[in-house]
Amino acid sequence: MASGPRALGRRPPSASVRFSLSDPTVRGVVYQVVMIGLVAAVGWWLVRNTMHNLEVRKIASGFGFLTREAGLPIGDSPFIDYSPDRDYLTALLVGVLNTARVAVVGVILATILGTFVGIARLSKNWLVARCAQAYVEIMRNLPLLLQLLFWWALFRESLPGPREASNFADLVFLSNRGLKYPTPVPDAAHWWLLAAVAIGIAASIAVARWARLRQEATGQQFPVFWASVGMIFGLPVAVFFLVGIPLTWSVPALRGFNFVGGGTLTPEFAALLIGLVTYTAAFTAEIVRSGILAVSYGQSEAAGALGLPRARVLRLIVLPQALRVIVPPMTSQYLNLTKNSSLAVAIGYPDLVSIANTTINQTGQAIEGVAIIMAVYLTISLSISAFMNWYNQRIALVER
Amino acid sequence: MATIPQTPTVMRRPPMAGLGGSPALDWVRRNLFSTWINTAVTLLLAYLALRAIYGVVSWGLINAIWTVPLTATGTPDTKVCRELKGIGACWALISEKHRFIFFGTYPYEQHWRPLICIMLFLALYSVSAMRRFWNSNLIYIWIVGLTTIAILMWGGVFGLDYVENERWGGLVITLILATFGIAFAFPLAIALALGRRSKLPAISTFCVTYIELIRGVPLISVLFMASVMFPLFLPEGLTIDKLLRAQVGIILFTAAYLAEVIRGGLQALPNGQYEAADSLGLPYWQKIAFIILPQALRLVIPPMVNSFIGLFKDTSLVVIIGIFDLLNAAKTAIVDPAWQGFGVEAYVFVSIIYFVFCFAMSKYSQGLEQEFNKHQRR
Repeated sequence: MASGPRALGRRPPSASVRFSLSDPTVRGVVYQVVMIGLVAAVGWWLVRNTMHNLEVRKIASGFGFLTREAGLPIGDSPFIDYSPDRDYLTALLVGVLNTARVAVVGVILATILGTFVGIARLSKNWLVARCAQAYVEIMRNLPLLLQLLFWWALFRESLPGPREASNFADLVFLSNRGLKYPTPVPDAAHWWLLAAVAIGIAASIAVARWARLRQEATGQQFPVFWASVGMIFGLPVAVFFLVGIPLTWSVPALRGFNFVGGGTLTPEFAALLIGLVTYTAAFTAEIVRSGILAVSYGQSEAAGALGLPRARVLRLIVLPQALRVIVPPMTSQYLNLTKNSSLAVAIGYPDLVSIANTTINQTGQAIEGVAIIMAVYLTISLSISAFMNWYNQRIALVER
Repeated sequence: MATIPQTPTVMRRPPMAGLGGSPALDWVRRNLFSTWINTAVTLLLAYLALRAIYGVVSWGLINAIWTVPLTATGTPDTKVCRELKGIGACWALISEKHRFIFFGTYPYEQHWRPLICIMLFLALYSVSAMRRFWNSNLIYIWIVGLTTIAILMWGGVFGLDYVENERWGGLVITLILATFGIAFAFPLAIALALGRRSKLPAISTFCVTYIELIRGVPLISVLFMASVMFPLFLPEGLTIDKLLRAQVGIILFTAAYLAEVIRGGLQALPNGQYEAADSLGLPYWQKIAFIILPQALRLVIPPMVNSFIGLFKDTSLVVIIGIFDLLNAAKTAIVDPAWQGFGVEAYVFVSIIYFVFCFAMSKYSQGLEQEFNKHQRR
C-alpha cells in the first residue's frame, strides 16, 4: 500500500491535525457540547432559584396536596358524584372529564357544521354561497374569547330568572340557570341496554366484514347500513321491553329559588360549546371546501359515466379522495378545539384549567398545578395526533 | 359519396333563452332560481337575511340611544336605555367609555401619547405591507418605531411624565402585546426553524422538543406559567411586572408556531439553492443569511400574516391573568353599576375593532397569496 504511486506527492492527512475547528465534524461536536452546556446551566440556575424561592415562601413542593380536601364547589359534574369534601385529585378528575365532554361533543358538532358550511360555500346558489362566506369571515376574524363572553352575556342578560323560566309542558325549563330537562333515573337494568348496544356494534362490524368479503367474491351486495341500524338500535329496544321497561323519570321542578331534579345544560357549558363549535366550524368549512375542490371534476364525471348513482359517486369516489386532503389540517383543528376549550376558565365552566387555577390559588402549588395542566393537554394532543396519523396512513394513497 | 344518415330530429326543446334576454335577469335565474329547490332555499334565506339585517339596523341604528343625561349625583342615568333593552342599543355606553376602552386607566391628560402609539402601530403595519420596503431597511424601521412607542408609553425622558405599566390599558395593550410579540418571536423562530433542520442531533432534538411541547399545550397554560411560575424562577429580589411576564410568555408561545411556518419556507426552497451556495464555498451563516432566508421568508409572508392574525386574536387571553387589554377594558366598562347589563353593546363595539384589524390583514394575506401564485395560473 505504502508503495503505491503518489504521483502528486500529496501526503496522507496527518493524524496530528485531527482536532481542528475547520473540521465540520469537530465543529459540530463543539456546537452541541456548548448547546447542552448552556441549556444545562440555564436549567440549573432556574431550578436553584426556584428551590430557594420555595424555601423562602415556605411552599412544600410535591404532589402531596392532591389527597387533601379540596373544598371547592363545582357546579357541573355529570359523571362523578362530586361534593366539596372530596380531595383535589377528584376535583381535577372532574375537570378532565368536563374538558373531555366539551371537546368530544364540540369536535363532532364542529365537523358537522363545518362540512355543511363548506359545502354551502361551493353551492351554485349565489345567496347560499355568500351567506356561508359571510359566516366564515365573521367567525374567523373575531377572537374566540370575545365570542365566548358574548354568548355568555347574551344568555345571562336575555334569559329570565328561575321563577320566570320558560316552561315547556312542565318538563323542560329554560332560565338563566340553564336548560333543565327530565332524565331517566339510573337503574341496574340499564347495564343490559348498554351491553345490547355493544353487542349490536360488534355484530354490525362482523356483518360489514362478511358483506365485503361476499361482495368481493360474488358481486352480490348486502344492505349493511340498514342492517347495522337495525342491530344497534333494535337490539337495545328489544332488551328494554324484555327486562320489563325499567324507566322512571326525574322531572325538574321549581323549589324556592332554583330547580331540583332532572338534568341541566348550564349556560356556561352552552356558551362554551356554541362558541367553540361556531368558531372551529369556520375553519373546518374552509378545509372541507378546499378538500372537495382538490378532487378533479373528471373523477365524478368518470364515475357518472360508469353509471354510478349520484350518492354513490360522492361516497365511493369523491369523499375518499377529498378526505386525504382534509384529514391532516382537520386534525390540527380538532387539537385547536381541545386546547381552546381551556378558555372555559373565563366564563366559569369547570374544566381542567379552571379547577387547576382554583387549586393553584388555594394551595399555592403553582408549579405542580401548571405541570398537571400541561401534562394532561400534552397527553390529549399526542393521542389525538397519534390516532389521526394512524387514520391518515390508512386512507393515504397507496402508491406503487 | 356516402350519404350521412340524417339524424332523427329529437323532440328536444332548444336551450331556454334568458328571460327577455337581459343578462342580469339571466344571471338571477341561473344563480338563484335554477330549480324549484334552489328557489325555495333562496326565498327562505333571503327572508332570514332581510329579517336579520332589519333587526340589526333597527336595534343598532334606528332605536339606538347615543347619549344619556346625568343624574343629580353626576352618574349617568341609564333608565332610558333599560326601558329600551332588547329594542335599541345603548351606544351611550361607548360615548361614555370609549376613552377607557382605547387607553385604559392611562392618565387622562396624557391620552395623546397612547393615541400616537396606536397611529405608529398602524403606520408600521402599512409600511411592512408595502413590497417596496421588503428589504433589510425594514428591520431598522421596526427598531426605530418600536423604540419610539416604548419611550412614548413609558415616558420618564424628554420631559415626558413617567407612566407605570399598571396604568396602561385598552386597545394600545392589545397592539403592544401582538406587535412586540411577533417582533421578538421572529428572530427566535428563525433560530428554532434552522435548529430543527440542523444535522446536529443535540440541537435538532432540543428545537423539536421545544416546538412540540409549546404547540401541544394551550396558550392559557403558558400564560399561567408566566404569571405564577416566572416569579419563582427568578433570583430573589429581581421581579418583573405582570405585563412584561405576559409579553415574554406570548413571545415564547408565538416563536414555536412561527418556527413551523418558517420551516415550511425552508423546506419549500429547492435543494439546488442550498447546493449552489455550498458549491460557491459559502460558509453556513453566509449561505443562510444571503441565499436561503431572503428567499424562504418571502415565500412564507402570507402564512406569517395569518399567524399574526392568530396572535392578534390570542392576545385577548391575557384577560384571564388580569391584564387590561381591549377585551378586558370592555369587560370592565360594564362592571360600573350604571352600565351593568349592557355587555352585548360593549362586546359588539370591541368586536368591530378586532374585526377591522383581522379582516384587513386576512384580505391582504389572501391578495398576496394570489399575487405569489400568479405564475402558476394563466
